[in-house]
Amino acid sequence: MARMRVLLVDDEEELVSTLEERLALRDIDVEYVLSGDQALNRIKEKDYDIVLLDVMMPGMNGMDVLVNIRRLRPETQIILLTGLSDAKDCENSLKHGAFDYIVKPVRIDTLIQKMHEAMRCGK
Amino acid sequence: MKNFSRRLKQVVWGNESNDKFKKTRYKRIWVSSVLITVIVSISPLLIMTVVNYIQYQRTLKDEIMYPMHRFVSTTKHALEYSLEERKNALIYIVEDKTVEELSDEVRLNTVIKHLDNSFKHYVDLALIDNNGEVLSYVGPYSKKLIGVNYADEKWFNEVQINGVYISDVFLGFRQKPHFVIAVRHVSYKGVPYVLRATINMDILTGQIPQFEKDDSTDAFIINTQGILQTNTRFGKRVLEKSPVPVPERVLTTRVVKMDSPDSGEYILSYAYIVNTPFIFIITRRSPDLMRNWLNLRNWLIGFLLGSIVVIVALTMAISSVLVTRIREADERQDKALHKIEYSSKMASIGRLAAGVAHEINNPLAIINEKAGLMQDLIAGADDFVHKEKFSTLLDSIINSVERCSAITHRLLGFAKHFDVSTQTIDLVLLIKEVLGFLEKEASFRNIQIQTFFQDDLPSIKSDKGQLQQVFLNLLNNSLEAVERGGRVGILVEQREEDSITIVVSDNGPGISENDLDHIFEPFYTTKNKGTGLGLSITYGIIKKLKGKIEVESDKERGTSFTLTLPITAQH
Repeated sequence: MARMRVLLVDDEEELVSTLEERLALRDIDVEYVLSGDQALNRIKEKDYDIVLLDVMMPGMNGMDVLVNIRRLRPETQIILLTGLSDAKDCENSLKHGAFDYIVKPVRIDTLIQKMHEAMRCGK
Repeated sequence: MKNFSRRLKQVVWGNESNDKFKKTRYKRIWVSSVLITVIVSISPLLIMTVVNYIQYQRTLKDEIMYPMHRFVSTTKHALEYSLEERKNALIYIVEDKTVEELSDEVRLNTVIKHLDNSFKHYVDLALIDNNGEVLSYVGPYSKKLIGVNYADEKWFNEVQINGVYISDVFLGFRQKPHFVIAVRHVSYKGVPYVLRATINMDILTGQIPQFEKDDSTDAFIINTQGILQTNTRFGKRVLEKSPVPVPERVLTTRVVKMDSPDSGEYILSYAYIVNTPFIFIITRRSPDLMRNWLNLRNWLIGFLLGSIVVIVALTMAISSVLVTRIREADERQDKALHKIEYSSKMASIGRLAAGVAHEINNPLAIINEKAGLMQDLIAGADDFVHKEKFSTLLDSIINSVERCSAITHRLLGFAKHFDVSTQTIDLVLLIKEVLGFLEKEASFRNIQIQTFFQDDLPSIKSDKGQLQQVFLNLLNNSLEAVERGGRVGILVEQREEDSITIVVSDNGPGISENDLDHIFEPFYTTKNKGTGLGLSITYGIIKKLKGKIEVESDKERGTSFTLTLPITAQH
């Protein structure tokens, strides 16, 4: 099985860098960016299996990024990360084509399991 | 009476002794309402009564005094006319007849016969010369009077000065009351003489009106010295002292109110008979004529007092009812305000909680990932001395993060602006489902769950997920509250047409009065391990669903939560 290609998008570098390291330890091809713009630029250049997308970000927020990614790469699965205050947004995001949403903080196993589910779904 | 007024006060002003300010406020409202109403309604009554009193008194006085005045005036004129007539007859005689003719007793006798025929009441006639010698006399006492000299008599002197004289009444030789009229004339020869006529009293008594039917009225004549000139009706004889004092001399008729120590109050009406010593008098005793007036006065006062009592009693009763209504309205308003305050307090606490929870979730996620990474690294490092110890510590950190996370999730749940998804719900079925989750724990702790579901309950339109949460929270609390072997009850029934009532009760230790005021507030908990969010979330959900939640608690009987849910969706 080919390595899973994952892009992390979150403005909280402390979080996203650590998560990147942990996923890398689990043999996942993972990169991270700190904003929606950067994420879209990266996605234009490279194809990812999965995007883990924070909902609340300064600048372009998660929902806009989601819509743009779906347009650019319809085959890429998107999982939203959220602090839950906007559960309504999350429900909305599913309508806009996100695979699922996960509430922070989350256990790494749960996260990886969810990513595998998304992969299976994508194929 | 004292008891009654105390009870009235309790009903009207409330019983709470701690709420002193409010109590005095209602008392003030009551007192001023009673005072104003009583004054406004009694003043016109008082004014009318006083006006009536005065007016009636005046009318009554007029009614009594006017007839007396009229009687006296009429009689005065009649008396004056009669006396004037007699006097003028004498003047005519002295002017018509010569002194020689009058000196002739035969002629004089003819004169008196003609006089008596025309005018009546003449008893005798005497002709007296300037020296007081009787020149001639006709009448019943001719023998006695011939040769009598009147020169030193007072009346003779007066007639010499004034030309005319009318005497007081006296008895004279005949011991019969009579009086005299004397006129002076100067003959054509220049010789002055006096013609004197004695007049019978009947001329006076005949003019006095009789008051046969009126026991309180008397009419009589006195002279200016206060001597009776006629008999009175009540036993006084002529020439005795007058029963009334001599009134002030006036030209017209006068009516005055008198007061004497013997006979009490009486009305005196009198008139001086012009050119005579006579005063005509009518008296009327007061008590008799005032009896009507006193009756009226008593009736008026009675009516006034009665009215005042009725007005005051009614005013007090009405004011009591009004003040009670005001107090009840105030209490309702206070309650409503309290509810609104409570809701807005809950809403702001909710927003705060949500903000805090959200901000905390990010650092929690970082802690979680850092600790996770450390675990990952340790897992790969076989030569690390403290591997076991570190692994345990990191597990503990991650577990703590998860606990925090659980709390923040519940906080967010409390504040969540969820959309209510309305569906048709069979409440009984829903509650049975929830009970299914809890049955195991209940049977483990030997807790009896009693249910009462009314038959034919209508299904309601509401949010199923939220209601499940509500009943789970309430039943969980009840189960936690009761001891081993305790009881938890659920009752579902329709008490009102448009709502369904659910009561969740337990026979646990109850909630203290102090706690009862705060149980719906977030973070307020009495449990050792509670978050203080269960009931506040429940409260929020019920509000969203337009229902009501109330709690009652008693140390003896335990606690019961009463929910009211609308049958149709109302949001």
